[in-house]
Amino acid sequence: MKWTDFSTIEDLVQSIKTGQISVVSIVEEVFERIKQTRDFQVLLDDFEKEAFHQAKIIDDKVRLKQPLGRLAGVPFIVKDNFLTFSQKTTAASHMLEKFIAPYQATSVNKLINEDAILVGKANLDAYAHGSSTENSDFFTTKNPYDKNRVPGGSSGGSAAAVALNLVPFALGTDTGGSIRLPASFCNQVGLKPSYGLVSRSGVVAMASSLDCIGPITKNVQDNALILDIIADQDQLDSTTIARDKTGYVIDSNSQRMVEKAKIGVISDYLIDGIDQKVKANFLTKVELLKEAGFQVEDISIPLIKYALAVYYIICPAEISSNLSRYDGLRYGFHESNNDNIEASVEMSRSQGFGQEAKRRIMIGTYVLSSGYYDAYYKKAQQVRTKLIDSFKELFKSYDFLVGPTVPTLPFKIGEKKSDPIEMYLIDVMTVSANLVGIPAISLPAGMIDGLPTGFQVMADISSDKQLLAFSSKIEELLK
Amino acid sequence: MFSKFDRKHYFYPDLPMGYQITQYDEPIILGGYINIKVDGKIKKIGITRAHLESDAGKSLHPTGQNHSLIDYNRAGVPLLEIVSEPDLSSALEARLYVTELYLAMKLAGVSEANLFYGNMRFDCNVSLSKTDQLGVRTETKNLNSFKSVEKAINVEIMRQISILEKGGKIIQETRGWNEDKQRGFTQRIKENADDYRYMPDPDLPPIKLEDSWLDEIQGSMPFLADDWRKKLISLALTDDEINLLLKAEADFGGILDIVNDSIDQLKKARIFANWLINFEIPFLQNLEDKNHYTYLTSQQRQQIYDKVYFYKDKNLINSTKLALLFNDLLARPSLVNDLDNYLKTKDYLQDSNQDNLIKIVNQIITENHKAVNDVLNGETKVVGFLVGQVMKLSKGQANPQIAQQLIMDEINKLKVE
Repeated sequence: MKWTDFSTIEDLVQSIKTGQISVVSIVEEVFERIKQTRDFQVLLDDFEKEAFHQAKIIDDKVRLKQPLGRLAGVPFIVKDNFLTFSQKTTAASHMLEKFIAPYQATSVNKLINEDAILVGKANLDAYAHGSSTENSDFFTTKNPYDKNRVPGGSSGGSAAAVALNLVPFALGTDTGGSIRLPASFCNQVGLKPSYGLVSRSGVVAMASSLDCIGPITKNVQDNALILDIIADQDQLDSTTIARDKTGYVIDSNSQRMVEKAKIGVISDYLIDGIDQKVKANFLTKVELLKEAGFQVEDISIPLIKYALAVYYIICPAEISSNLSRYDGLRYGFHESNNDNIEASVEMSRSQGFGQEAKRRIMIGTYVLSSGYYDAYYKKAQQVRTKLIDSFKELFKSYDFLVGPTVPTLPFKIGEKKSDPIEMYLIDVMTVSANLVGIPAISLPAGMIDGLPTGFQVMADISSDKQLLAFSSKIEELLK
Repeated sequence: MFSKFDRKHYFYPDLPMGYQITQYDEPIILGGYINIKVDGKIKKIGITRAHLESDAGKSLHPTGQNHSLIDYNRAGVPLLEIVSEPDLSSALEARLYVTELYLAMKLAGVSEANLFYGNMRFDCNVSLSKTDQLGVRTETKNLNSFKSVEKAINVEIMRQISILEKGGKIIQETRGWNEDKQRGFTQRIKENADDYRYMPDPDLPPIKLEDSWLDEIQGSMPFLADDWRKKLISLALTDDEINLLLKAEADFGGILDIVNDSIDQLKKARIFANWLINFEIPFLQNLEDKNHYTYLTSQQRQQIYDKVYFYKDKNLINSTKLALLFNDLLARPSLVNDLDNYLKTKDYLQDSNQDNLIKIVNQIITENHKAVNDVLNGETKVVGFLVGQVMKLSKGQANPQIAQQLIMDEINKLKVE
């Protein structure tokens, strides 16, 4: 028996606990797959020795009938911007190429505490700046459905790892769509939870007011299970919020809650800048929802047309601030100039950062400069508040808002790399959820010309449980 | 009440994040004042604002080396920066002000405020002007004692006077203070305004302080310096003595309970205050090994002071022996449990028995003809010498008042003869 024969993580863990499948055999399968799929350039590092060591420990526990965690023996991968004790944490950047973290992310700790096994760290756009993994300072990950195309980003490695059956789940980070977009491009389930639901402690900061951590999985049920384990308030992250008292695992109760859900279709996403095939496919799925008995209406959020502009002011502003710590003096890439500390910082930063990081630092520094702050940063924050109000108002009438996840199909490697604006436009449908702080999920919505496409569902803040329950209800319908 | 945190960006080796967490436009405290007493008069020093921020690391520049070192241990530690109005008009006022601030921070339990460890540091802005318009100011940063505040300001005033009198101009600058040379020096001249790119800190949500919580704090505030001064006023202590007691209360929290608890018995309270001033505070200040000393609890102190008071009130112990007894008790508080025996074995009790004393007095009178004659000739001061001799012969046990009385009685007898 192989782990891929199990339809859910819960079933797999059940079989591990009863000794029907050994953890060592699972890890063997994982590393066989890792070796077979090297061409896709999914991982920055893997930990074969450590993984087998852990596997044996858990197999022993099974034999000795010792208590086991909820993820006993389940292999997983995290994006390489999660600090881990296993090897390095590079954020796919030259700056942190040799960085060994002195502590481990809260979310990783929670998974390991449940006896999950970390087997590797996935590629990303350096510092999570990007939508394709092409901004990785090391290499570009290839789309599992077409090697000539990107897997999406920035959590492209994590999504590809699940799609290539390396592991049943992976963690990613989502600042403007970085979980949902690659989930869509790789045909997986990707959740960006409510802002603050999962601790950011131990994750390389990109834009603190937007960064979210979430699972990428094969199905909604697995996604809810992982969220249930990692969602918690954390003293190490002041922005964390209380978890749902009943947890996030999908049960008949939560599914009943969403039976009569009222759904709003964000029509603004369907006007221009969208691939016609993506639009048509999306509309057929909307019809299926209607047929299934959900009340579906078109809605419009006039302010949403400013969301991307607001995002590309606030996000770089916070990036320019959060990347200030990389001065090469204490850790990270260091280029020395013996007699001048300022020159040394300048050299370390100009050689250690890639082009996209520098671009965002410059934009961010500019919009925060005195004389420009009011016109850009402050104005953007004001629009952000208005956007929050718009969504709040809509959620009074609708349980869920839906739209495509990405306006296009997976694009070719190199196709958009030379034009940053073109690349930024890929995020147009995902950034709003980050600006507003609401949970949003991308669900597989079938194939177009052999390429995956995604269906995005958003819910009100802290309605992650309802969002997952609804998603599990419709996921078969959408495929 | 609402407050929030901001980031202030600049690159400096002692700033590990590349920004300082601070409060730009919504500081936690806006306004207030501190009273100081100058020449017997109360002067109000305005507080502009106080904001919370993160401390930076500590830069060390070893002399004769071509490198600097940075101690990051205090980097990120919270710091309250208190900004005063330009109300201080002398170095002395500045010292009094920082001393009051120190007392407030210690008594309220805001900070350990250990100056030696840099828990409290002072940046002093000095400007001179003959009119109401303030002159160009300089800022001397990171002074770490009350004394250095006063000294550095006086030195800076003299420096500015000499420049201005020669017709020169003061340059706005940041200055440092060399404690060894007792001299200031230029650190950084501000040529143009820095752009710190302040932004709200996205890692720290804004804070809303509920009125009920503020009321709770208000209700649980310990005595601050002025509360103590009002309490202690009835004891007729000097300002210096009161300040000594307040500093002790700040340094060794709870030490003044002994006075406060007996404030209704004025005589007792005054004596306890004097014991603190003369015995316990000097003892604590002169402790050689502060880390291994177990400080008295308020109950222990109460027990010791009450017992000793019993002997003192009955005139059973003189002041010389009292000092010795306090030193013993402070070093070994458990002695108080068997104090009677201890006093006997140490010969600390004074002898008021006239029959015992008369023998000693007669011996001293016989042995000191010259002194006795001096007294007979009206040099009453010499009586003190004779009392001293009695004390010596009695190994300090004689009650000096009774001894003096007996000496006078005996000499007067000689007069008659």
